[in-house]
Amino acid sequence: MAALINVPSKAKRGEIIEIRTLTSHIMETGFRHTADGKLVPRDIITSFICRYNGAEVFRADLFPAIAANPYLSFFTVAKESGKFEFEWIGDNGYSSTASASITVE
Amino acid sequence: MPTTRRQFLNLAGGVTVAGTVPIVTLRPLQATPAMLNAAIRNLVGEAQLRNGRIRLDIPPLVENGNTVPMTVSVANPMTADDYVKSIHVFNEKNPQPNIGNFYLGPSSGRAQVSTRIRLADTQKVVAIARLSDDTFWQVAADVVVTLAACTEEMN
Repeated sequence: MAALINVPSKAKRGEIIEIRTLTSHIMETGFRHTADGKLVPRDIITSFICRYNGAEVFRADLFPAIAANPYLSFFTVAKESGKFEFEWIGDNGYSSTASASITVE
Repeated sequence: MPTTRRQFLNLAGGVTVAGTVPIVTLRPLQATPAMLNAAIRNLVGEAQLRNGRIRLDIPPLVENGNTVPMTVSVANPMTADDYVKSIHVFNEKNPQPNIGNFYLGPSSGRAQVSTRIRLADTQKVVAIARLSDDTFWQVAADVVVTLAACTEEMN
């Protein structure tokens, strides 16, 4: 699945950087009905994890009240050059990953 | 003893009445303030819930409840021994009281999270921050929603 990741490519050591992520997902709430009255089964992303060179720096539990195509923005301290890895996990075995690298001077 | 006509009719009538008593246990379509309180108690336990330190930025009036931008920030340093552990966001009237839980740490640098949420009705949104010393801080915001989300029919 397509994901948009926004991580600064360069940062000074110790700088607080903002990370923004957007992934495409329907986030079906499980509370909606079709026109003929059938309940549409829930299909959402339930958790999001961000790791910085292998160490978890941010994690989120998502619920049906998160809008479709979940957008998340959060902060972290740029400590060293390396890689950010992002993982989305959801209903029906959904799993999606993305990564971004950063150079810290 | 033979059953009299009156006894028989009483019995039959009783059965019919019992048979038509609707046995309906519907889950409420909306999270009630009681569900909101229960969800908050579930997180906080017996700890005291204080006002302040946390800030919730959400538009007071939204046209479309399907995507409402929201930012939560906590005015607290993020050092190794004093930091924000987590931020939890709840609502009052969606079918479910939870919106999201966000887990931070000293390496977050700044305790601020943004996302987009769904609101099924005009209601109160509550954000709670848990600090590293296990104190809880809350803030609430009222949002007026003109087009509801979550439970509408699919086309």
